[in-house]
Amino acid sequence: MSQSMPDTQAKSAPATSSADGRKVLVEVTDLKKHFPIKSGILFQREVAAVKAVDGVSFKIYEGETLGLVGESGCGKSTTGRTILQLYQPTSGSVKFDGQEITDLKGNALRRMRRKMQMVFQDPYASLNPRMSVGRIVAEPLVVHNIGTKKEREERVAELLELVGLNPYFVRRYPHEFSGGQRQRIGLARSLALNPKFIVADEPISALDVSIQAQVVNLLEKLQNELGLTYLFIAHDLSMVRHLCDRVAVMYLGKVVEIAESEELYTNPLHPYTQALLSAVPVPDPVVEETRQRIILKGDVPSPINPPKGCNFNTRCPVSVDVCFDQDPELVEILPDHWVACHRVI
Amino acid sequence: MAVAEGAEPISLEEQQRSTPFLDAWRLFRRNKASLVALTTLIIIFFIAITAPLWTRVGLLDARTGAQARHTVNPVNLPSVDPYPDPGSCARDNLNSNPYWCSWLSPESLVTVQNKYCFRPEPDYSQKQWCYVLGGDSNGKDWLSQTIYGAQVSLSVGVVGATMSLIVGLIYGLVSGYYGGRIDNVMMRIVDFMYGFPTLVFIILMQVYFTEVARQYQDTDQQGIAGFVLSLNKDMGGLLFLFIALGVLNWIGMARQARGLVLSYREKEFVEAARAVGANNRRIIFVHLLPNILGPLIVLETLAIPGYIFTEAFLSFIGLGVQPGTPSWGAMISEVRDRGGFFSNRHILLVPSIALVLTTLSFNFLGDGLRDALDPRMRGT
Ligand SMILES: Nc1ncnc2c1ncn2[C@@H]1O[C@H](COP(=O)(O)OP(=O)(O)OP(=O)(O)O)[C@@H](O)[C@H]1O
Ligand SMILES: [Mg+2]
Repeated sequence: MSQSMPDTQAKSAPATSSADGRKVLVEVTDLKKHFPIKSGILFQREVAAVKAVDGVSFKIYEGETLGLVGESGCGKSTTGRTILQLYQPTSGSVKFDGQEITDLKGNALRRMRRKMQMVFQDPYASLNPRMSVGRIVAEPLVVHNIGTKKEREERVAELLELVGLNPYFVRRYPHEFSGGQRQRIGLARSLALNPKFIVADEPISALDVSIQAQVVNLLEKLQNELGLTYLFIAHDLSMVRHLCDRVAVMYLGKVVEIAESEELYTNPLHPYTQALLSAVPVPDPVVEETRQRIILKGDVPSPINPPKGCNFNTRCPVSVDVCFDQDPELVEILPDHWVACHRVI
Repeated sequence: MAVAEGAEPISLEEQQRSTPFLDAWRLFRRNKASLVALTTLIIIFFIAITAPLWTRVGLLDARTGAQARHTVNPVNLPSVDPYPDPGSCARDNLNSNPYWCSWLSPESLVTVQNKYCFRPEPDYSQKQWCYVLGGDSNGKDWLSQTIYGAQVSLSVGVVGATMSLIVGLIYGLVSGYYGGRIDNVMMRIVDFMYGFPTLVFIILMQVYFTEVARQYQDTDQQGIAGFVLSLNKDMGGLLFLFIALGVLNWIGMARQARGLVLSYREKEFVEAARAVGANNRRIIFVHLLPNILGPLIVLETLAIPGYIFTEAFLSFIGLGVQPGTPSWGAMISEVRDRGGFFSNRHILLVPSIALVLTTLSFNFLGDGLRDALDPRMRGT
């Protein structure tokens, strides 16, 4: 039996709410994802682990966009994928709409997947080159056995229109499209099941600057129209400021600072955030003139062997003894402004 | 330019149509050498499939053509010589005047005469039917043997390629997709088998099969063994050849398939399918297979000449097809069997040309397919 098409307005389940009444849609607590490194010819033993995500906690409120920024390799993508249960978390919990999803299996997990989707970074690798656009966008419906063939076709046309593509394109293949158009196709696919939550993993990094703004605008438009919640992964801080309500900064598998977007940009507290922001050009020429770049010394340590104490202590300009000994907790220094640093009090 | 009357104008939609298949065909067409190769192969396939037809039409010697596999096969050789004297020849469908008119090897006539009741003094003026390319020491027409030999070579090529593709693909898919310990164990097995000297192994297997066949030749074997043996006999020894070729040749394919699976498994479109909730079956059949099949078919096409050469080589040293089954390799071995390379070197010409033409065609076809199917090779 095929199921009916997803409603545009999804029923809301009981949810945990924060103190100020905003509803928490996704709650991540002490999430860890370690990739084992194995060695051995026939019987492999685990010799070490890449600690890609090493104890991450944050909340995403319904309808907001949480930015996740950090250098390449700090574990942003892994965090996004582990939240979506594309990777089995090593430990920790992910609650969606109040429901624990890390222990879901089989059909329960499949049902949960309808509510959370992903948009990928590489518009060339994220679409199967052997499938027509129509089949790509309809795939979620086919997998979940939703609607008849005709209903699916109608839904695909509707979705293509929604992301600003001509519905006439259904018979075409991905290679006939530009990067921006492909990203829209990917977006249409992720919207097919009417999800509430979308992890956008650097959806604009691979695009031309001129097209980036178009895609960002489309994401905002869709958020307003469909009430979507985003986890927006980026390494470009300027785009994040424009798009995100709150921003979490990651370093070597850990979140070092979370705050409202404006607050973070005007009052960065963690030395790593300060260094990141000092690298962002400012549009005001007077300010730009006096902008001091903080150049961090050294490289990011290997996630296989993170330093003892604070992760950042090898590069931190203000580190003291305690930083080499104890791992700082993420604490709420100011209202809604969380920092993990011994030097910030 | 004037458009032919009644010709339908190509619609704009049709012109712009671009599917992976149409694109591949467009790219393939651009490579003239592979187009020629494809045409050659189609012709060779056609001739091979319709081989009995040619003999019936009278182009070839009906007896030695159509019956080539059976008449001279020592196993099947009738105990009573069916053609004891020239008179009985007339009763056969060979007509009364079987004349010899080979341009290539008139001397083979000498050996033929007694066995197959040719006229002691050939009358070249009356050419009723002829051995256009001469005959072998058993009196079998060279041309019809060449045509029947195409059946052997092509079936070895196609069956070898198909078997190795199917086995290698399944093995590589399982190993690459499920990964972990399964992958590790499966790949160690492949590594181990890779160390085998392939040709020696195939030869040993053929020696073993021949031995088994000889042992059971007289005893009336029942059951599976008997069935396999008789099937092999009916196939002129090809069954065992297929098995011997198939035992090791899937290994390279399994490695390639695994490598491709590994590279596609991590692609974001596979991740996207997983994020949507697609199961393993769907990911394998909808997302992985269509993408890895192209490159694997290319590799397999390029491997076909190897299978054909192996068969020719085995038949040449007498370990391939059963004696009497026409095969290019066996034909070439006539040079050796007759003794005297220089006096018999013309024998090499026809089977060698056929062999080279076929293998070269497969090579060029593979090149063209690679340009057309393997996206990584595009533009090179
Ligand atoms: N499947 C995997 N197996 C093993 N290690 C992995 C795997 N995926 C990621 N890693 C490692 O985990 C770390 C974090 O990777 P991740 O892709 O999450 O970084 P990222 O922040 O998204 O970087 P980028 O900005 O380059 O996308 C890296 O060191 C990476 O090598
Ligand atoms: Mg990433």
